[in-house]
Amino acid sequence: MEMETTISLLDIRPLVPELTMICVGLIVILLDLIVRKKEVVAIVGIAGTLVALYGTYKLYGFYEPQSAFSGMFVLDGYSNFFKLIFYLNIILTICISFKYMAIEKASFGEYYALLMFATTGMMIMASAADLIVLYLGLELMALSTYILAGITRKRQRSNEAALKYFFLGAFSSAFLLYGISLTYGLTGTTNLREIASALQTLDLNGSPIMYLGLIFMIVAFGFKIALAPFHMWAPDVYEGAPTSITAFMSVGPKAAGFAVLGRVLFGAFAGMQVQWASILIPMAVLTMAVGSIIALAQTNIKRMLAYSSIAHAGYMLLGVITGTTGGLMSTVNYLAIYLFMNIGAFAIVIMLRREGFQGENIEDYMGLSKSHPLASALMLIFMFSLAGIPPTAGFIGKFYVFMEVIKAGYVYLAIIAVAFSAISAFFYLRVVMYIYMKDPKEEVVLTRSPSMSIALAVTAMMVLILGIFPSFLLNLVRYSILG
Amino acid sequence: MVPLSWYIILSAVVFSIGVIGFLTRRNLIMTFMSIELMLNSVNISFVAFSHYLQSMRGQIIVFFVIAVAAAETAIGLAIIIAYYKNNPTIKVDEINLLKG
Repeated sequence: MEMETTISLLDIRPLVPELTMICVGLIVILLDLIVRKKEVVAIVGIAGTLVALYGTYKLYGFYEPQSAFSGMFVLDGYSNFFKLIFYLNIILTICISFKYMAIEKASFGEYYALLMFATTGMMIMASAADLIVLYLGLELMALSTYILAGITRKRQRSNEAALKYFFLGAFSSAFLLYGISLTYGLTGTTNLREIASALQTLDLNGSPIMYLGLIFMIVAFGFKIALAPFHMWAPDVYEGAPTSITAFMSVGPKAAGFAVLGRVLFGAFAGMQVQWASILIPMAVLTMAVGSIIALAQTNIKRMLAYSSIAHAGYMLLGVITGTTGGLMSTVNYLAIYLFMNIGAFAIVIMLRREGFQGENIEDYMGLSKSHPLASALMLIFMFSLAGIPPTAGFIGKFYVFMEVIKAGYVYLAIIAVAFSAISAFFYLRVVMYIYMKDPKEEVVLTRSPSMSIALAVTAMMVLILGIFPSFLLNLVRYSILG
Repeated sequence: MVPLSWYIILSAVVFSIGVIGFLTRRNLIMTFMSIELMLNSVNISFVAFSHYLQSMRGQIIVFFVIAVAAAETAIGLAIIIAYYKNNPTIKVDEINLLKG
């Protein structure tokens, strides 16, 4: 029989940031009915996120890892660092979507509310110390992003993106549940720490059923992170969804997926490192291959960035495969860098969109430098960073992952990753080549807005600063994970 | 008394039917039903394990799964209707605007 558990009102304290996000999300929905200007609604969303950020910062001031609801929900440095990524993700996404959603004629208040609910789901995932909480957080995130992908409901491509995302997402969450049920059946618990001790005491580390349960869970997380061979949805959904949502979900759900992957594999299944590494290594190689090679053939920039994000997921996965804390830190570091460079690149893609012009083909970038030198220079920075060329942050991210991989003894993986990284430089630099070395076909008019400028300035600055002074981020990650 | 293994086999069989249905059916509604089948097969195994282990946790998860599945159904049908308004088809093979 299970222990008697008591839940006091004080348990709510570690949940304050999540509750703030949910409450502000609800306020945003109500405000949408009263306020005509949607900018106000968006600013309330940003303000609410900042309040939640302050809450996380204050709670982190207590420093000691806290847990609530009899150990189902934890607040530690690891979860807080991921929450920082999610906050930055939603703030930057709102900044780049002000004007864009008006052009798409989908500037609804629900848009901002759903962004906040999705972010709350990710935050719950990062803090989950129990498979039930993990599942609920994952579903809150997933259900919100399904709707967001299809929020421009007059566009057939957006409808189709939502449909594909929904079906494959629901399919993968059924796999997650089956994995959870097998784990529960064998260990008798869903708490990650208790699972780890049950695996030891019941000697289940070599059990084939446990292995099967682990595989099912990895499949489900692989869908969310878009790891090959579970990446099929990503290019279609990234292409069809509104670009601001593409930016949002290429970072948020991926980071949340890595957060739970790290938590489950390192927390609950640390004793089965050999088994899960043997599943993840072929997946990582395949992911890098699919991402880098198929991206070469793309003519649509959103689709190209989708394959690029698949390839990046492969590099990030390498850090997890090592099974060391250093490897996990390098993955987290990479995610933080990826946030800035990817949202920056999508911000430029959004700027090309205007009334009656999609601006999604790579050919639309021909000769951009002649008419818009500043935007071209920013795109150059983001593309160099995504390709991993110094002195940008992308280089630092890859460098630390590869270093940890070599340290853990997987030299061949590092060599494969460097090779695919070199291949991927080709399609990033092709965009740069189109911008700087081709003659413009037609006049490109950029859609500007102050919030877009802020987002671009922040992302470009961070890409350069973290590329030249990486120690700040590295120390923050180390401090968060090691304490 | 039905042994635990029977329930687990039932759950695995229903789950497999769901997976095969999802992968082979060419109709959106049938695909949808396959996903529901998969979720409910998981519920069977949770309840069976819960009874076997004499722990309430499994049954609590089932309630959560049912609630989430209801939300999922609502959103899924809404997305299908939004799609249907622009392109009246529920055949999976005809949903091919995005490819490459």
